[in-house]
Amino acid sequence: MRTPLENRSFIAVSLAALASPAFAHVQTGQATGFLAGLLHPVSGLDHVLAMVAVGLWGAQLGAPAIWLLPVTFPLVMALGGFLGLLGVPLPGVEVGIAASAILLGAAVMTERRLPLYAAAALVGLFAVFHGHAHGTELPPGQSGLLYSMGFVVATGCLHAIGIAIGAMHRWPAGRIALRIAGGGVGLAGIFFLWRAIA
Amino acid sequence: MKPLRIDAAGRAAGCGLALTSCAPQAHAHLIETGLGPVYDGIAHFALTPEDLIPALALAVLAGLRGREHARRVILVLPLAWLFAGILGAAARISLPDSLSWVPLLVLGGLVAADFPLPAAATTAIAAAVGLFLGLGNGYAMAQAGLGVRGVVGIVGAVFVVTTVGAACAAAWQSGWLRIAWRVAGSWIAASGLLLLGWSLR
Repeated sequence: MRTPLENRSFIAVSLAALASPAFAHVQTGQATGFLAGLLHPVSGLDHVLAMVAVGLWGAQLGAPAIWLLPVTFPLVMALGGFLGLLGVPLPGVEVGIAASAILLGAAVMTERRLPLYAAAALVGLFAVFHGHAHGTELPPGQSGLLYSMGFVVATGCLHAIGIAIGAMHRWPAGRIALRIAGGGVGLAGIFFLWRAIA
Repeated sequence: MKPLRIDAAGRAAGCGLALTSCAPQAHAHLIETGLGPVYDGIAHFALTPEDLIPALALAVLAGLRGREHARRVILVLPLAWLFAGILGAAARISLPDSLSWVPLLVLGGLVAADFPLPAAATTAIAAAVGLFLGLGNGYAMAQAGLGVRGVVGIVGAVFVVTTVGAACAAAWQSGWLRIAWRVAGSWIAASGLLLLGWSLR
């Protein structure tokens, strides 16, 4: 006569054998990869402020900077992320990120009008630091493409939010509000810089 | 000689092994719709961003360049995809998955740059993309036991997606819409660059 333990073992083994086959590499978990990528850029206030500031500055500068800067940032940020993924060291990443918030905030506050190539180069330079920081933090085992897409889409959406807010630039009160917002971003950047070097 | 005595645990293990041996074969990289190989191929394409996004990017590239480019691409891309798919399924050959960043970076970059390609160059790019992605799809369909019918499903989906994408890009490109397409291209290129980093990590 079988004991209860033997009966349970028999049932457990039989049920395990009847389980559906595992489907190797099937597209499960990809949504997790996309969502994780989507959430990554918004997880740090330093990144969020700098990316929104790019949109604000682009809106102040008008066409073609309004779309060229937000196109430049994700592309060069991806280059920084590429370097970070490869483990290529970049000195002063946190200082560079803090400096991006300070200078972009100052540019918005003062409505600084740089030549287009200089504005794009400045934004691109900062994007390398942001991208490198993200690249070194990317978790292993995620779906690479979907994670990357979520990551880039979130960055682009932060720029779009900045551009949408920057649309208030056309009204005098909105122009003042934007300059105040730029000052706030710059002050936050000073805090990030203090935290990075302290 | 002492008779062999099989206790209850041994019987349980025997039953378990017997049932395990009856389990159906696992299919790698396969989305099973339950509707047959053609629909499985369509589902595979729709749920594989490494295939879907380059096809959409190529459609947008062709649509932005005009109707002549779009007409060529919606013909050449599926045909090249079908040819390479059949070849991949028959010969069981494929290109490494680690190259999946190439079409994303190239096509996304061309869309972002709004590069004025001649129609012949767009056609050549469509053929190259079709051959590159079709070969991998054909191999995957053969591995999954779907064969050419799975490839036919994929190619049908490629044709529909490319046609709709190219039509949308050709029709909606005035003012800000063209910029929006280019921004989308830059995002695809950025994703491709990050994917290269992932593949080299």
